[in-house]
Amino acid sequence: MDLDALTGCLASSACLVTQTTSGFIIGMLLFLVAVGLTLIFGVLKVVNFSHGAFYMFGAYFAMSAYQLTGSFALAMLCGAAGTALLGLIFERVFMSRVYGADVLMQLLVCYAFVLIFDDVVRMIWGPEFKSMGMPAAFQVAPLFIAGGVVPPYYLLLIGVALAAAVILGLGLARTRIGKVIRAAAHNPGMVSALGINTGVIYGGVFALGGMLAGLAGALAAPVRSLTPGMGFSILIESFIVTVIGGMGSILGALIGAILIGMIRSFGSLGFPLFTEGLMYLFMVIVLVSRPTGLFGKEVA
Amino acid sequence: MTRTRKPGVSRRATLAMMGAGAVTFATPWVARAQAKTIKFGMPTILSGRVAQLGTSSRNGVMLEVEKVNAAGGLAGRQIEMVIRDSKGQPQEAARVARELVNTDGCEILIDAEASSGAFAVHEVARDLGVLCLHTNSETSALTADPKQHIPNAFRTARQGVHDSIVGGSYAAAIAKAKGLKKWATCSPDYAYGRDTTGEYVTYLKRFAPDTEIISESWPKLFQPDYTEVVTKILQAKPQALYSCLWGGDLTSYIDQANIYALFSQMEVFAVNMADYTALTVVKNLPKGIHSGNRYIKTYPATPENAAWGDAYKAKYNEYPTNWSWENATAITLLAEASKKANSADGKKIAEALRGLKIKSPFGADGTVTMRAEDQTLVGYAIGWGTTIPQEPYVPQVQAGDWKTIFELEAEWKKSKGYT
Repeated sequence: MDLDALTGCLASSACLVTQTTSGFIIGMLLFLVAVGLTLIFGVLKVVNFSHGAFYMFGAYFAMSAYQLTGSFALAMLCGAAGTALLGLIFERVFMSRVYGADVLMQLLVCYAFVLIFDDVVRMIWGPEFKSMGMPAAFQVAPLFIAGGVVPPYYLLLIGVALAAAVILGLGLARTRIGKVIRAAAHNPGMVSALGINTGVIYGGVFALGGMLAGLAGALAAPVRSLTPGMGFSILIESFIVTVIGGMGSILGALIGAILIGMIRSFGSLGFPLFTEGLMYLFMVIVLVSRPTGLFGKEVA
Repeated sequence: MTRTRKPGVSRRATLAMMGAGAVTFATPWVARAQAKTIKFGMPTILSGRVAQLGTSSRNGVMLEVEKVNAAGGLAGRQIEMVIRDSKGQPQEAARVARELVNTDGCEILIDAEASSGAFAVHEVARDLGVLCLHTNSETSALTADPKQHIPNAFRTARQGVHDSIVGGSYAAAIAKAKGLKKWATCSPDYAYGRDTTGEYVTYLKRFAPDTEIISESWPKLFQPDYTEVVTKILQAKPQALYSCLWGGDLTSYIDQANIYALFSQMEVFAVNMADYTALTVVKNLPKGIHSGNRYIKTYPATPENAAWGDAYKAKYNEYPTNWSWENATAITLLAEASKKANSADGKKIAEALRGLKIKSPFGADGTVTMRAEDQTLVGYAIGWGTTIPQEPYVPQVQAGDWKTIFELEAEWKKSKGYT
């Protein structure tokens, strides 16, 4: 425990800027993965344990696109669009067959696909780790804001994730498709009775969830090494975020992700040997005091 | 009374047939026994973030096994490698090692695990009594601590304390010249990371006593995100940073630290940087990182080393890694020990291995020795230098002096209560 370092940081504007930005970076990537997870659970009632694989595919798609085209924008697009398509196929061909099945059955199917997807990546891209490298446009000196260090690439990353959060939130709240999705989450039978094809909605939501995880992977690709199985660790943290925020709540995923990001960022200063533990401790405290998570709703 | 011959085969004919049968069947049996292959079991990491290193271990082994087999094998027995993926998990490494011996009939273990798995495999070797060569684990305690000692386990890898003695004295000289007093460390949180960092700091302080460690970071092994670690180091504002991160962890760390311009704000000493696995994967390699030599074909600067690196590249279409030479050395040592013992028996090879000195492209003086007292490799080329972003990556390496290493290592062992 190093409380002096933590209090010293809280008293320094430079440290506050650096660590807060760091917390947002960690949190926003987690949010993009967790929000897909929570969205799929909210609408399809499936705990998609294979969700981390879409993060992994997003990173690999982006890297390959970047190597082929040299365009960072195309890389991001391929990462997101590729995983959306993959999500759609995966949902239509496999996941749609286990809706309503026992949770254990769903988890087993998803876990089987975690292993299958990892092997697919190994076959296509090889078992060794890869690095996409930072695009030239972002190989620039970091910004110094109030003495704190902020890399321009991370500003982009935070911006894209926040934009995704806003678009998703507004889309679900204000648009007709959003209302139908919310209705399907609440009462799929009624939506179906109204002549709306719930299969299309489910496929679309799964594709959207996969796309968000893929976008996270694509954004992470320039700064993280790519390896088969890379989706697993972020999946665990995303589950923590989802549980803290409340399963099915998009706002909960956003707040949960930012809180976990901040805990990791400031915790590394004050509790360097307990940063991971701090994250789990926070989850336990939230669940004990509010079992449905911060923004989760009681199930009647 | 006339003796009538019973119908069928006479006793003489039966004996003759038995004799002929014995000759016919027994000789090939003997021949088969002599030609029987000897299986080497090899648990290593073939999936996950360090799979590239596991693969390079396998390649290093296979390169030498082919040579040994072409020359007649191990005491006339062809070597057959049985290689399994441990996924970098200690419990899986132990399980695989046990299975290789008990189920697959492997007579010798090549333990190509990182330290996290090597200690688990070591216990399997202790339990089963099978000859085991640890080829990748550099944690000093594995062979230096007498409690770990078993007569059937050897190490052909570097040792952390050797690297730290050379690295500490190298860094201290630079620290004195540039006035680097405030240091930070950032190393993986497991046996190798903790031990090697502790040893490095010990020798840095020994040679530059006014060194102060103002920040320590211990990211977990295979951690995907180092942002909080990078910003923590930036907050501490050290003048220099030491890290023994390796493989994919090191490349992730470099990519993430690069965009914070961390490398331009302090002098960086990363012992595992000068290995092709990191040098070639990192897209924007910062220049001027200080590193120990891991495997580079230009150090030691001998035709033998360059030829070995080129032969590996010709066969596998990439350059070898630190783990490649360590594994290749295991096979060469086994082959030489087997020749000396004139046997493929594990116990006899173990006897022959103790104190065995062989010619090696990786030796500081063209040889390496399996030191008898602690059954670990000594005499390998060890040095430090600074990186540049293209070949030869570390153009000038300052060689470590083994006389000094031995002296300080003996002191270190005494201080740890190992002698």
